[in-house]
This record gives sequence, structure tokens and C-alpha cells, in this order.
Amino acid sequence: MGEIMKNLYTPALALSALTASTMPASAGIDEQVNEAFAAFTGPFVSFIFAPIPGTAFPWIVMWLVIAATVFTLYFGFVQLKFFKHAISLVKGDYSDPNDAGEVSHFQALATALSGTVGLGNIAGVAVAVGIGGPGATFWMILAGLLGMASKFTECTLGVKYRNEYPDGTVSGGPMYYISKGFAEKGLPGGKFLAVLFAIFCILGALGGGNMFQANQAHAQISGIVGDFPGWITGIVFAAVVFIVIVGGVKSIARVTEKVVPFMGVMYVTAALIILLVNFDQIGWAFGQIFAGAFTGLGVAGGMVGALIQGFKRAAFSNEAGVGSAAIAHSAVRTKEPITEGFVSLLEPFIDTVVICTMTALVITISGQLIVDPATGNYAIEAGKIATVGGTSGVALTSAAFASAFSWFPYVLAVAVILFAFSTMISWSYYGLKAWTYLFGESKNSELTFKIIFCVFIVIGAAASLGPVIDFSDAAIFAMAVVNITGLYFLMSVVKNEFNSYKERLASGEIKKFEH
Amino acid sequence: MTTTLVVGLDGQGSGDRALAYAKRMAGLIGKCELLIVYVIEWSPYSFQTAEENAQRHKRREEEIATAMERIIDPAVKALKDDGVKAKGLVRHGDVADTLNAISVEENADQIIVSRSSEGGFAKRIFGSSTANLVMSASLPVTVVG
Repeated sequence: MGEIMKNLYTPALALSALTASTMPASAGIDEQVNEAFAAFTGPFVSFIFAPIPGTAFPWIVMWLVIAATVFTLYFGFVQLKFFKHAISLVKGDYSDPNDAGEVSHFQALATALSGTVGLGNIAGVAVAVGIGGPGATFWMILAGLLGMASKFTECTLGVKYRNEYPDGTVSGGPMYYISKGFAEKGLPGGKFLAVLFAIFCILGALGGGNMFQANQAHAQISGIVGDFPGWITGIVFAAVVFIVIVGGVKSIARVTEKVVPFMGVMYVTAALIILLVNFDQIGWAFGQIFAGAFTGLGVAGGMVGALIQGFKRAAFSNEAGVGSAAIAHSAVRTKEPITEGFVSLLEPFIDTVVICTMTALVITISGQLIVDPATGNYAIEAGKIATVGGTSGVALTSAAFASAFSWFPYVLAVAVILFAFSTMISWSYYGLKAWTYLFGESKNSELTFKIIFCVFIVIGAAASLGPVIDFSDAAIFAMAVVNITGLYFLMSVVKNEFNSYKERLASGEIKKFEH
Repeated sequence: MTTTLVVGLDGQGSGDRALAYAKRMAGLIGKCELLIVYVIEWSPYSFQTAEENAQRHKRREEEIATAMERIIDPAVKALKDDGVKAKGLVRHGDVADTLNAISVEENADQIIVSRSSEGGFAKRIFGSSTANLVMSASLPVTVVG
């Protein structure tokens, strides 16, 4: 690992020193990339985030919340009633020892989590709290809890309708369940929706799963070594990702997959220590969260502003209803697709309810958000809450943690780079599955996508946060438009599986194995 | 009643000593069947990429086929050629736990393994599979030196 980090850092440092004198020219490249990108993606972004006529509320946020609520009610609060059962499944209590060696529930969950836990939890939450105030956290938690039901629905279908090839490999995800499920029910338009999903999934992979990650990783690195052009970080990242996904150097991916969970645990531990040290302020922070949730505490947009930010960042972080997790979860080998649904509902819980909330609490407690002494409300600057040093995104989280541990930004920088890297690897796979669904599973078509993916890393690192985050959100939410439409038509399939499973569980036909 | 002896192989020379001992015991007991087991070390709690997960089933089949072909089949064939009743099995899992679980499942009378072939740092931290088996087995274990 040390070697990889050295390889990552050395050229970046050398280049940043070299280009210091030619700064205006290289900043020019960044600027041009940024402008061209913003102009190109503008109309798409405007459409996705268009407000419901007569309100300031984007229709897409409503779409996600309504879906999560419908699934929660339709499955009778499955996220509460089967929470314990989900943990039991992850522990392997219901796994047949004869299937040992296949992908376990734990592994499918861990793989899906490594695609979602990452910058959304660190940078995304900071963006939400920075714009919507601490109250955004309340709506984020609510969205996380409701989103568990969306995840349950999509992952059950992902396993049920996946493709199993004669050589034993599998491909699954919304494009497969929408086309196969619709055909099975005699509904028209399945193929069209599947193709549309695949197109948006490719855009999502290039946006949130790639550009946003590269962008924030660059912000973090330049925050430590000093400002230098983004395309340099982009090229270094692109080269490493290229080696892994094209060169097939599995060892790098394997090391990352092992280090990332430790980073996650370390991040949560650091957050817990900060919260324990500031034990007396936790009550106050929750007070801010609840008060802000309904009044907005003077932030831009008030309660609606907090709500929009909370829901948006929760969806972006845990991806419930987006359909990406269904691709990751479909690899598990189980006789009961519904069991993977139960397991997957833990994902928004860990990602949003636990990790995002901790980030939000640390930011709130740290005092990085400036309070206007005259009004007692947060001071607003250009539509955002003013912060100490004017930080936003991952830099705000970093500053919040640094207020307790001065060395934490270094750990966070490493964590951000690794999280960004593992998310990119995961999304390169999701994007690839969508790409091969459209263009066939040939070596050339795979290579084309992988090269495009690497080019976008450079663009993402060079562009500024605004246009990148807008495009990333828009692309990921566009996936949700198609996926949730599919889920509405197919949720009765899940219901049948669910009822049958519940009966067999109650009758003792499905039982725990002795281990 | 047939006596069942489970023999755990590790794919190395030391496994042959366990096999030779089990064969001698089978000869002494008379009505005896040997169950030759090879456990592929695997944990359901390891971390894998999405791509590795998608290919896992295929890899598992390949791992089992390779272990059967290189370790189990030659051993079973050699025993059968010498007139000893034997069958083979390959499983994934923790070596000690899996050997014990199979032995319980098959109503075996004894487990025969060779002395640990692991060494160095890993052994110091995690202990050897043989030592773990001896400490946790539900039936008699013979360790062949």
C-alpha cells in the first residue's frame, strides 16, 4: 500500500512544483474544461431538478420520497420488522454449509457498501448541512429509514431476474429485471425502460461514481500539499484506475477493498470519540437538528431548504431507489432472492442513519458553522451557511474533525482517496454492466467503456465542484426515475416472494443451520 | 458396523503420512471406510470486488475441480487399488471447523490429520489448523507426526 501511495503522491507533488510557475496556463485548462462541461450538462441538470410548478420543491426529490414511502407501507414496514432477521442472514445463520465458497450475504453487502460508503458520507453531508443547516440531518435520517424499503425491493428483484451464463458468471440489475419482469407480466415497454436505465446508469457511473469522486479527492489532496491544477490529480487517478480495470491488476483493487473497511471503522471511531468528548453538546446538537428540520433556523429556503438538501444527499449517499445496489447484490448465490433484499436493507441504515448522522453531528458540534450574534441564527453568505475559513464539501468535514484532532485531515485525506478509488472501481463495474447490456459483452466494447471512464476521471478532477455535483446528482436521479417506475410495476412480484417466505419462516420450513 | 475414519489432507507431503497411517488402521480394523477430505480455506467474511463476486460461482467450481483432480482423486484411487474402501470430498471453509462438521455429519469415529505444515508468522498469530482442530473437535483426533 505504501508503494501505491508513494506512486500516487510523488508525481503529483513533482508536477505541482513544476507547474507552479506556469499556473495561469494550467488554470486556464481547468477553466475551459469547467465551462464546456457546465454548458453541455446544463439542460439535463435543469430538467431533473425542475421544481414542481408553483413551489420551490424539485419534483425528483418528491419522486424518491413518495416511492420509499409507498414501498414502506406496501411491505408493512419491512425495514423494522425484518431488521433482526437481516442481521441473522448476514451472520450466516441461514446459510447452507454445502454452499460454502459461494458469495455470502456478508460479502454482497460489503461489496455494495464499498460502492456507497464514501464521499457521500463525508463531502455530501457537509454540503447538505452547509446549505440546509443541521435540520437537513433530520430529513436525511428519515430518507435513510424510508429508503431501506426501496433497497429491499430493488435488490430482491436484482437476484430474482439476473442472468446466469453457462460459464457460471452472473449479470444482474434493473436493466435485467425491468426487461424480464415486464415480459413475464405481459407489460409493454420493458425493453425501452431497460435501455433508458442503462443509458442513465452509464451517465451516473461517469458522474457520481467517477467525476464527483475525482473532484473531491483532488480538493482533499490540494488542501494538504497546496493548490495545483486538477487535471494532474485526474491523470494520476485515471492511470491507477486504468491499471486495475483494463490491466487487470487485481492486487491494487484487493488491497483497497481490504483497507477501505478499516478506514470506514476508523472514521466512525474518530467521530464517536469526538462525540463522546463533547458528550454534553450531543443533546444540543440534536436540538439544532430537530429545530432546524421544521423551522430551518434561518437557513436559505427555511424548512423546505433543509428538507430538500437532506433528502437529496441521503439519496446520493445511499442510492436507495437508484438501482445501482441491485447490480452489486445480484451476485449472491441464494435459493431465496428475498433474503438478499433483507440483507440490502441494512445498507441505507449503515450508510445514512449511522455514518451520515455522525458526520452531521461532528460538523454541528465543531462550531464550524458561524452563528450570527445579532439574530442567533446561522450567518448566511451567498445562499450557504458561513463557515470558519469559508470551507464547504469535504473541506468542511475535514475542518470539523480537525477541531478535535489536528492530525485528522491527513487520515481523512488518505480515507477520501481510498473511498474515491473504491467507489470508482465499484461504479466502473455498474457502468460496464449497463454498457455491455447495450453494446454486447465483447472485449472491444468493454475496453471502449473503460477508456471513456478513465477520461472522465481527468475531467472530473479538473472541473469545479458546482457543475460536477449538479451533473452527478442529475445522472444518478435520472436512474431513479426509470428504476422506480419499474419497481412500481414489479413490486407485486416481491410481495409474492415476501408472503411465501414469511409463511415458510413461520412454519419452520426455513430454519437456521447448525454451524 | 462399518468404522468411518475421516482423513484431512493439506495437499502437501505431510498429508501422505496421515493417509498411510489411516490405511494401516483401516487394515487393522477390517470393516472400515476412509473419507478423504480437502478443505479449501475460505471465509464468508472476506471482502471482494463486484467483479470477483460476479465470477465467484465459476471460480468455486474450478477450485473444487482442481482439488478433486490433484489431491482427492489420486488418493482415493490409490486406496481403492489397494482394496481399501474410500471416498473423497472437497469443501470450502475454515479447515478445523469444516473437518469437524463433516465428521459429525458422516458419523465418523475418528479424524486423522498430519502435523501442521503451516509455519512462521501466521501460525504464531492464528495458531495452526491442526491445533485448532485438536482443541475444538467433537470426536477423537489422531495427529500423525
